[in-house]
Amino acid sequence: MYKLLLGILSLSLTGCLDTKEKTLEEKNQGLVYCAEANPVSFNPQVTTTGSTIDIIANQLYDRLISIDPVTAEFKSELATDWKISKDGKSVTFTLRKGVKFHTTAYFTPSREFNADDVIFTFSRLFDVYNPYHFVGNADYPYFQSVGIDQLIRQIVRVSDYQVRFELFNAESSFLANMATDFAVVLSREYAMQLKQREQLNLFDQYPVGTGPYIYKEYRRDHLVRYYRNPDYWKHHVVLEQLVYDITPNGTTRIAKMLTKECDITAHPSSAQLSILAQRDDINVQKETNLNIGYWAFNTQRPPFDDLRVRQALAHAIDVEKIMQAVYYGNGIRAQSLLPPTSWAYQAQPKLPTFNPDLAKKLLIDAGLPNGFDMTIWAMPVSRIYNPNARKMAELMQSDLRKIGVNVSIVEYEWNTFIQRIGEHRHDSVLLGWAADTPDPDNFFSPLLSCTAAFSGKNSANWCNPEFDLLLTQALDTTDLTKRKEYYQQIQAMLINELPLLPLAHGMRFQASSADVEGIPLGPFGAISLANARKK
Amino acid sequence: MVLHYILRRLGLLFFMMFTLSVFTFSLSYLFPGDPLSNLSGISNTSFSQTSELQEKYHFEDNYLIQYFAFLARIVQGDWGLSFASGDSVFSHIIGLFPATLELSLYALIISVVVGVPAGIFAAAYHHRWPDKLVNSTTLVGYSMPVFWLALLLIMVFSLQLGWFPMSGRMGLLYEIPYQTGFILLDIILADFPYAGMAMLDALHHLTLPTIVLAMYPTTVLVRFTRESMLHVLDQSYIKTARAKGLNRAQLIIHHALRNALLPVIKQIGLQFSTLITLAMITEVIFSWPGIGRWLIDSIYQRDYPAIQGGLLAVSMFVILATIIAELTYTLFDPLSRNQAHGKV
Repeated sequence: MYKLLLGILSLSLTGCLDTKEKTLEEKNQGLVYCAEANPVSFNPQVTTTGSTIDIIANQLYDRLISIDPVTAEFKSELATDWKISKDGKSVTFTLRKGVKFHTTAYFTPSREFNADDVIFTFSRLFDVYNPYHFVGNADYPYFQSVGIDQLIRQIVRVSDYQVRFELFNAESSFLANMATDFAVVLSREYAMQLKQREQLNLFDQYPVGTGPYIYKEYRRDHLVRYYRNPDYWKHHVVLEQLVYDITPNGTTRIAKMLTKECDITAHPSSAQLSILAQRDDINVQKETNLNIGYWAFNTQRPPFDDLRVRQALAHAIDVEKIMQAVYYGNGIRAQSLLPPTSWAYQAQPKLPTFNPDLAKKLLIDAGLPNGFDMTIWAMPVSRIYNPNARKMAELMQSDLRKIGVNVSIVEYEWNTFIQRIGEHRHDSVLLGWAADTPDPDNFFSPLLSCTAAFSGKNSANWCNPEFDLLLTQALDTTDLTKRKEYYQQIQAMLINELPLLPLAHGMRFQASSADVEGIPLGPFGAISLANARKK
Repeated sequence: MVLHYILRRLGLLFFMMFTLSVFTFSLSYLFPGDPLSNLSGISNTSFSQTSELQEKYHFEDNYLIQYFAFLARIVQGDWGLSFASGDSVFSHIIGLFPATLELSLYALIISVVVGVPAGIFAAAYHHRWPDKLVNSTTLVGYSMPVFWLALLLIMVFSLQLGWFPMSGRMGLLYEIPYQTGFILLDIILADFPYAGMAMLDALHHLTLPTIVLAMYPTTVLVRFTRESMLHVLDQSYIKTARAKGLNRAQLIIHHALRNALLPVIKQIGLQFSTLITLAMITEVIFSWPGIGRWLIDSIYQRDYPAIQGGLLAVSMFVILATIIAELTYTLFDPLSRNQAHGKV
């Protein structure tokens, strides 16, 4: 038996020793990125799941404009120029010439990108006559939660390379929303071909974009494969192949980094960062990030409809302990829903502190002296804002037991989880949000507005007309000091009403092999691998 | 005589398949939730869809008719849709089974190639040091839980030494089109510029899972071969042969081997069911994209149609493998045909 084992060993060893110095070209054959979940869709318009957006948005597509992560100014992408009318109600984009859509196994473009594609892409969000509007139940969670679908009156084709967005009212976050990872441009020609073949449902599964990589294949629970886009308009793409290895388990991702099966890994858990930091061949990047991890209550379901109950629960939780045990000191204790780096941030003095006695008193006031049973839904994946929701839920479970509240923890596979949260089947949930733009509205409208409650993105299931009014007022003005005032009122109101308890702002981490470069970590938005290369 | 025996086995096969299908069918009622969506894999249906499904699945009729409709669908390959992926369960099974089969097959080959000679060797040197060495080694291998062994090997050979990868069937950057589902075959069939490197890489990935999976059946075969050999060596015809002056090698090769290996052949077939069970654990640990990992994921995700289909496929396979092993055994050993009753 040993002989055979030895034989196999030596055979494989010669395999190891055989690897001579590789040339740069060979090294850049491909890059493996260990991702934490299956992509839900290949169209960023129809999802807000961060793990999906990281895989698809910046790799397959381009936006009209983007936001510079350093200066926070708008940058041109597919639009070379944009003009806002005096009343702020119309925005005209001048489009880039000579941009080609992907040529794939299922589509060959006959023309270059132009105004028709922009009109098609954005009219899908609101125009019931767009053949694709109702595909996938007309669900556009990000755009619906920020109200873009209600904002655009029409999109006018000025010329082949000019489009004008006409709005119902001037909204200060319109351009910022157009610069998010969700606002990508799709091919109208491809859409019409699928329509002719009556295969509308394939549109969101087999993507065609203008981005640096071209879709090749997706195997559920296994991998997503992209190839280089040889005609990318912005720059030469170095990597021949980009593969996403779908590895939901965080420890496995770290182990794969150590065995060199992955070149980059998403969200290494902070508990394991020390292992990675010891290695010379692995780099760990760390960046402050606009995000928030929170505990949301289903405010439509008793007893969570009672403010005193929500306050009691908030007072019963020892957040300091969570900061140490879950974030390992790599997070900032939240003082408001907005992170401190946002310009509208204001620390909230009324934020509930750890006080079990007060919590018990509040429960008695609410008529629940004997406590009650509830569920905490813990997200099954590790995200920036919450590296380990399961552990957090367990800590909270023991804290809450002390005030007589019995908690059972609920977990599902990530996509099922998101879907059931959207149907508001939970009592409370540990979730979070990573910003797509530096605009403060990005933290409120997508998470807590009434429209977000209808679209299922509002995990607190909270709809307060007063709150929505404040949000609209903040958006209606372009005066920065006035906006700031509104956002401070909004933050204060949230803490008073407590539909959710802000817990912490996580740091964003990324681990990569030392020979990989060109993968910047931004303070907001999804990861871009357009410039990734091996050296 | 042989025909009669085969007919009896087929009768047994039929009966077991029947029990299995009844059990699988009743699962859709035993699982929580709506039996109709458990069977079809389509949930949240509209009213018209529901009535269409009810008609297709004969839900208006009695259980017997429902059961026969179920059987008809199983034969046609319509096993419902998976809740998690929305794809047909049958296509999942067809796509994933070869990976499991491949891994189990290699493990079985290793265990036969290693286990049988080791057992003969131990019996030949009964109560001497080679016997003791083999015996104590198998005892360790026999008592070691497979997941622990897997983690140990990963710790040492993947994480510490970095010799072997710890997951998957091959490096993801090799794009091998799916043809047979057997990775080594697919590499040979694919017209791929780096076929040699890809092959080496696939073997590299295969090493650890195969060793882990082969460990248990190898030790069982070693012990079994040793016992059987000792039993045969104790027979009077061997004693006679020895008295005639044959040496040990002649004795074993010409006289004892054929008789000693007969029960071993049967044992090899029976190992298949253990192998499939162990393969599930191995697949989960090494992220091997086979049916076991998929089935366990489905259980986590409460994907009832997938659990149902997966169980049916795996059990059917184990039953078939066992019966085929028995039939082969019978061809070699005429004595066993006299058994009046089936044995599994």
